[in-house]
Amino acid sequence: MEFGLSKKHQLAQSLFREFAENEVKPLAQETDELEKFPAETVEKMGRYGFMGIPVPKEYGGQGCDALTYAMCVEELSKVCGTTGVIVSAHTSLCIDPIMTYGTEEQKRKYVPDLASGRKLGAFGLTEPGAGTDAQGQQTKAVLEGDEWVLNGSKCFITNGSYADVYIIIAVTGIIEKRGRTSKEISAFIVEKGTPGFTFGTKEKKMGIRGSATYELIFQDCRIPKDNILGKQGKGFGIAMHTLDGGRIGIAAQALGLAEGALEATIKYVKERKQFGRTIGQFQNTQFQIADLAAKVEAAKLLVYKAACAKETQSTYSVEAAMAKLFASETAMEVTTKCVQLHGGYGYIREYDVERMMRDAKITEIYEGTSEVQRMVISGSIMK
Amino acid sequence: MKIIVCIKQVPDTKGGVSFNPDGTLNRGAMQAIMNPDDKAGLEAALRLKDQYGAEVTVLTMGIPKADDMLREALAMGADKAILVTDRCLAGADTWATSSTVAAAIKNLEYDLIITGRQAIDGDTAQVGPQISEHLGLPLISYAQSLKIEDGYAIVDRQFEDRYHVLKAKLPCVITALSELNAPRYMTPGGIFDAYEKEVIVWTRADLPELADENMGLKGSPTQIARASDKVRKGAGEKVNLDPDESVKYLIGKFTEKHII
Repeated sequence: MEFGLSKKHQLAQSLFREFAENEVKPLAQETDELEKFPAETVEKMGRYGFMGIPVPKEYGGQGCDALTYAMCVEELSKVCGTTGVIVSAHTSLCIDPIMTYGTEEQKRKYVPDLASGRKLGAFGLTEPGAGTDAQGQQTKAVLEGDEWVLNGSKCFITNGSYADVYIIIAVTGIIEKRGRTSKEISAFIVEKGTPGFTFGTKEKKMGIRGSATYELIFQDCRIPKDNILGKQGKGFGIAMHTLDGGRIGIAAQALGLAEGALEATIKYVKERKQFGRTIGQFQNTQFQIADLAAKVEAAKLLVYKAACAKETQSTYSVEAAMAKLFASETAMEVTTKCVQLHGGYGYIREYDVERMMRDAKITEIYEGTSEVQRMVISGSIMK
Repeated sequence: MKIIVCIKQVPDTKGGVSFNPDGTLNRGAMQAIMNPDDKAGLEAALRLKDQYGAEVTVLTMGIPKADDMLREALAMGADKAILVTDRCLAGADTWATSSTVAAAIKNLEYDLIITGRQAIDGDTAQVGPQISEHLGLPLISYAQSLKIEDGYAIVDRQFEDRYHVLKAKLPCVITALSELNAPRYMTPGGIFDAYEKEVIVWTRADLPELADENMGLKGSPTQIARASDKVRKGAGEKVNLDPDESVKYLIGKFTEKHII
């Protein structure tokens, strides 16, 4: 059992760390405060290959692995949760399903532009009435001649109006099996600019405020028949498998937030003086920091293990669910305690931990709530 | 065009400093980075490669750990990396270093040699110019810009209050300032490729042009009397004087310290 990073992973980590520190951190506060999508950073990340890390070189990617990708999201999120999720949603939720389920033609058409960052990707599963219950989809796709016609709406879509390529899950029919009916669900690739595809409200959020979260609206939106992703009726499986990968990205984001908050707090408690001593000299602080550091380390091992499992195993649902459950709950606990250790300053926006605590909350909710992760884990180990 | 960029692994100023008993730096025990001026030199070479097409070889003399820095250079876009390493080369001053690096360069073909202006550890700015002397090549130091035209290097050389535009026929040696450019980042794919490539390792035996008396600590005319980490200054002296007395007091102190 090897726990150390290889030399190339160490060098990649130092690259992500340097980039995050120089290019992302200086903008993090403004990104949050102004709810500003960091378009220039995304352009830079594209230039340096961050938008296609696990994609094979023949499709314009970097030819690296899921661990390198997870470390990238982690390091970005250490300084800015918004930037981390932009890369995660783009890579895990848009490129990954095209690479896994797309035809050779679809891969050639979409992936090189996405992997190089020339185009941005997004994924639409959630609807106002279909969150955790993904079967509750209302968006419909009907085949008319050589085109699918989409009607319905999606909500809470990360990368919202900034994306160019969207993976959209929609109902394509009703299946009757043993007297019970269920929805036939399929996945589609929809391009921005397609007539009938527009954007609704931009959500105002508690955290990750620079990430553009939009409603997508489809009104008689016609896409080519060939834009179906995978086989008709396999959309639910595609969505669930895509989310398995996505959860590794979100787990890495949560891990980064926890690490970022802890680093900032260790620095703070060594400087802040009360009663003639730094607060880091009080055993209460030392013990709290020790507990948080141990949890962050445990989260890191789960996240890296899940990323490695994605490389070597055909299914990694449980690993991804455990990583996301533990890392996101760790992020929430660590950031909350870090705010507490900052005292009144932790509640002030000038201090990064304030933002990190708000950013951390969503990691327990999106791409499967903590409750869903518990369902996935128990469903697998108790069957 | 074939470009050789000489780079050096230097202690990261963010980490601690560690010394050997003989007063030289204990490089193995310190965090290390690519020297910033050298990185600018590498970036300049990579830009020439992007613009005109070139083969960029990075060369360093150092301990085996310098392999990390060479991989970084490969990940940025260098084509070849050479590590000159041998116990008998350790403890070299600028003379022994430049003699060794020049001997290594004599094994290679080149049109242009770029070094950093100076390394942030020794701060001598001597190795680049000495390499040009050993090789009998023209030198332009302190380059703040660089272009190649019709077989000539055209360089803005930084001076205290102005810059000089200088032109040298290739092959020549240029020493780069970190102001020359903002070095690019590596790419993740570049890093993975860098670890697939071979770093060529040369030892003393691979440097036939190097004389024994010009290498390592023994071949170094420089004698280090003492080396130490930064010494923490005392609390200072507070005085409360009227303006005239203050001036006299300050002038007295400056004179005492040979500042004026």
